Amino acid sequence: MKIPFKYTIRNLKTRRLTTALTVTGIAAVVFVFAAVLMMAYGIQKTLIETGSDDNIIALRKAATGEITSIIMVDQANILSTFPNIAKTSDGKPLVSKEIVAVINLSYSKKEGGMGLIAVRGITNAGLQLRPNVKLIEGRMFQWGSREVIVGSSIHKRFQGTNVGEKIKFGGDQWTIVGWFDAGGSGFDSEIWGDEIQLAAAFGYTGAYSSILFRLDRPDAFDKFKQEFEKDLRLQILDVKREKQFYAEQSEDMAMFIRILGIVVTVIFSLGAMIGAMITMYAAVSNRTVEIGTLRALGFRRRNVLAAFLVESLALSLIGGLVGLFLASFLQFFNISMINFGSFSELAFNFSLSPSIVISSLLFSVVMGIIGGFLPSVRAARLNIVNALRSG
Amino acid sequence: MSIVSVQNISKSYWRDSLEIPVLSNISFEVPEGEFVGLMGPSGSGKTTLLNLIAGIDRPTKGSIIVANTDVTKLGESQLAKWRSSNVGFVFQFYNLLPVLTAFENVELPLLLTKLSKKERKEHVEFVLKVVGLADRIHHYPKQLSGGQEQRVAIARAIVTDPTILIADEPTGDLDKTSALEILNLLQTLNSEFKKTIIMVTHDPRAAERAHIIKQLDKGELT
Repeated sequence: MKIPFKYTIRNLKTRRLTTALTVTGIAAVVFVFAAVLMMAYGIQKTLIETGSDDNIIALRKAATGEITSIIMVDQANILSTFPNIAKTSDGKPLVSKEIVAVINLSYSKKEGGMGLIAVRGITNAGLQLRPNVKLIEGRMFQWGSREVIVGSSIHKRFQGTNVGEKIKFGGDQWTIVGWFDAGGSGFDSEIWGDEIQLAAAFGYTGAYSSILFRLDRPDAFDKFKQEFEKDLRLQILDVKREKQFYAEQSEDMAMFIRILGIVVTVIFSLGAMIGAMITMYAAVSNRTVEIGTLRALGFRRRNVLAAFLVESLALSLIGGLVGLFLASFLQFFNISMINFGSFSELAFNFSLSPSIVISSLLFSVVMGIIGGFLPSVRAARLNIVNALRSG
Repeated sequence: MSIVSVQNISKSYWRDSLEIPVLSNISFEVPEGEFVGLMGPSGSGKTTLLNLIAGIDRPTKGSIIVANTDVTKLGESQLAKWRSSNVGFVFQFYNLLPVLTAFENVELPLLLTKLSKKERKEHVEFVLKVVGLADRIHHYPKQLSGGQEQRVAIARAIVTDPTILIADEPTGDLDKTSALEILNLLQTLNSEFKKTIIMVTHDPRAAERAHIIKQLDKGELT
């Protein structure tokens, strides 16, 4: 581009009000665009972090999640006897047969309403398989008692979830004896108790929701799976790495949010592009004599086209950066929504990634190109004599 | 030896289906290093003729040869390139870019050359010194008087050392004193730097500085 960049930038500074208004419009659209992507990414990140690559989860085939999965006791017992399954320090298979159910709890008074919460019945092996879960306050529930511990998101957002309080579900009162932090993973949105107690309360006699276990060698999964699939008694079950299971759980939700959000954002962006177009048409109209002068001095049509396109791009890029900057503060917000896989509440943070930064800036650049193209073409096509006369 | 040769030039504009003739069969020569004044009443076609010579408009008929180049035969891009190295423009209302300083305005035509940044700086400083504005180098147009703005515009016109200098009513927007300064400057450029100048003017005092006067009336030389 032969026309100096400072000409573009100073012109933007000169017309502060229209520049500010256009930047605001683009920033608002980029903010929404980035927020949607951050939301989808936040869900994915939360769920993916929930799973461990070392853990293997068994579910009933075709189950959309643990809540729709049923594994009979005899199937669970067969699975526990498979070779290659890691052992606990006392020589028992490192296998956690778990049940998951959903209950209702009231949100804090500030938020109002009721939410669906996943309650997980775990075993001692289940705790060993999730070493990232740390008790923050109180103590661990006692095996064989009607005691539970709650995840940090539940503790923060629901009524009656402080240590010492009781919550009612499954036909009984359950005492909260502690709350834990699971490092921002999906377990933070769960309530945990003794599997046997919870299974009895929810009527899960003779069945489990899922089986979580670990192999003696992480790289033995493929071999294990081959053996597993050969066993005719376990044909109705499926095994996968826990991380993969949670990644799949997040896909539908993230996709739904992305599609919905992007459709809405694209509609919004039409307004911003029209705004940018009006601004650039006004810029061309106000600077017709300058364009004529530049052309008379020997600058070519393409130089003028490039100068005005760059001006439009600069506007949109500034808008994009402002929108992205504002959207980055969303990372401090924790929200929740229903996880389609578990039909229960999942709390997560908006999360920003390098690809979201690039996508948002590209989106703003595309708005700038589309909004600025026609005015730039008009500037480039001006007749020199007519442009000089318009002064 | 003539530097500009205008041969049987005609120019018409079309308004709807109506042809409006502006220039009819104009022919004349401008010798190298001359100062030519184009005079005539409003609407006589002076500026149109100037635009044709400068290569920013095209004739309906005829040819214009400037320094052995028939500008009427050049394509759009070739013409732009030709203008950048052969024509210096001085407009009535200066036409400086308001967001650029005097230095940056004068530097503009040099951005189309292969000169280095250092060479461009030297050229710009030299011409601004020639027009007497060495101390206003970083001023923006709005910080300059009309006469000073026109001097910056003249510096911009001569910075590439063009073949011809085209001036369209260069004193038309100036007070008497500033106009005199500009005319003196143009005369100096013509006499000392041997610049060929073609100037459109209504002002008889301006016309006095020209060595050759061409009178136009209703699109014809009289």
